[in-house]
Amino acid sequence: MHFTINGKPHEAEVDVRTSLLDLCREHLGLTGSKKGCDHGQCGACTMLVNGRRINSCLTLAVMHQDDEIVTIEGLGTPENLHPLQSAFVRHDGYQCGYCTPGQICSAVGMLDEVKKGWPSHASADLNTVAFDDAEISERMSGNICRCAAYPNIVDAIREVADADAKVDA
Amino acid sequence: MKTFDYARAGSVAEATQAGGRFIAGGTNLLDLMKLQVETPDKLVDISRLDLNTIDEREDGGLTIGALVPNSDLAADPRVIAKYEVLSRALLAGASGQLRNKATTGGNLLQRTRCYYFYDTAAGCNKREPGSGCEAIGGFNRIHAILGTSEHCIATHPGDMPVAMRALDAVIVTQKADGDKRRLPIGDFYRLPGDTPHIENVLEAGELITHVELPAPPAGRHLYRKVRDRASYAFALFSVAAVVSVENGTIASASLAFGGVAHMPWRDPGVEAALVGNAPSEAVFAAAADALLADAKGFGSNDFKLPLARRTLIACLREVTQ
Repeated sequence: MHFTINGKPHEAEVDVRTSLLDLCREHLGLTGSKKGCDHGQCGACTMLVNGRRINSCLTLAVMHQDDEIVTIEGLGTPENLHPLQSAFVRHDGYQCGYCTPGQICSAVGMLDEVKKGWPSHASADLNTVAFDDAEISERMSGNICRCAAYPNIVDAIREVADADAKVDA
Repeated sequence: MKTFDYARAGSVAEATQAGGRFIAGGTNLLDLMKLQVETPDKLVDISRLDLNTIDEREDGGLTIGALVPNSDLAADPRVIAKYEVLSRALLAGASGQLRNKATTGGNLLQRTRCYYFYDTAAGCNKREPGSGCEAIGGFNRIHAILGTSEHCIATHPGDMPVAMRALDAVIVTQKADGDKRRLPIGDFYRLPGDTPHIENVLEAGELITHVELPAPPAGRHLYRKVRDRASYAFALFSVAAVVSVENGTIASASLAFGGVAHMPWRDPGVEAALVGNAPSEAVFAAAADALLADAKGFGSNDFKLPLARRTLIACLREVTQ
């Protein structure tokens, strides 16, 4: 099998049962993505596959031949944090940090969905998204934080979304 | 997870002849395989087939490829403009990550979230025919109140199929011998009866390739989902409604219901109670009476009867304003 993970080519031979999450964690040493529930309920395993956020625990590695995969390790480094990573630090968007890689990968994918104009359950008008905090909560509902850092997670995402909006304007 | 053979299908014909269980988004099937509720010997990966476009039809409707992800379907400008009830239903379901992976065809085939279906130590006629139904007499808060049988009281968990039922969608399939079928969604699902493990009329090897939506019915669209939390939860009760009012009279009404039956539920009696009448509390109550005439609770889900009544009436008030 061949995959591109965080811009680098990877070859791996895996059992057909191996999830994309286990491929990264157990075979390729990329342990940033976390296994919480392993059933798509908690979002700790969220990765970007061909630019879209998905639960990597609920997909088989064999189904991702030649796909472009981005994990938390591909978004930033300790010396050069991704804007969402530094916003989470600034706003204290975590306590234990276990859900944080998934929260950040999910937020990257989510902000891209907003840029594409995708509506959500919180959108009063499906044609024009008013990107308020209720939108952030709704769109991030697939990422659970058992420390309940939710208000600060929303603040961190809000800061980055507002900064992006200024750049785009 | 039990091991299985894996094959990637290069065409629809190849997929239908491969003799295995289809996998596309996999979000429901893999969840169940991890718990050994599902134990297929072979998976046929159809995720790379060319079934991922939404095309306009001559009759003003849309043809949706079976592999169009839920998120793309919900955000499609044509769906938002003409089938708002469908966009709303899709957006009310699951999470952003799951909607990015879950497909149109797969969502139609989503399995129940009955606790006993998920628990391989429990009796469940759907998972293991003949092993009994522990939901009857057990914890059944999320279970069905309509169309149940003594063998199964599970619900279909979906939102998208409820909207599609109200929109009279047609499910297009291809069989292993190449024959194609066009199945109205009303004929697609089965009630549990004494074979709750058979949930629809698909034959072995038969693949859903498309879903056709006829030209949208006139009227206002509404999808209302009642659930235990504000987001990312299954419906206790849901209503998909398209209702038009002309000159003070309800001219047409198309309503389907989720969270109450083994299939997206539709009852011509509900629509008959509305059409031709001026919107009023008495007319809305008659519609609720029609919906619930044969409804039956099983203890923990008794609350669904008043919940369904009040929610339907609230939806009818809103959609006829």
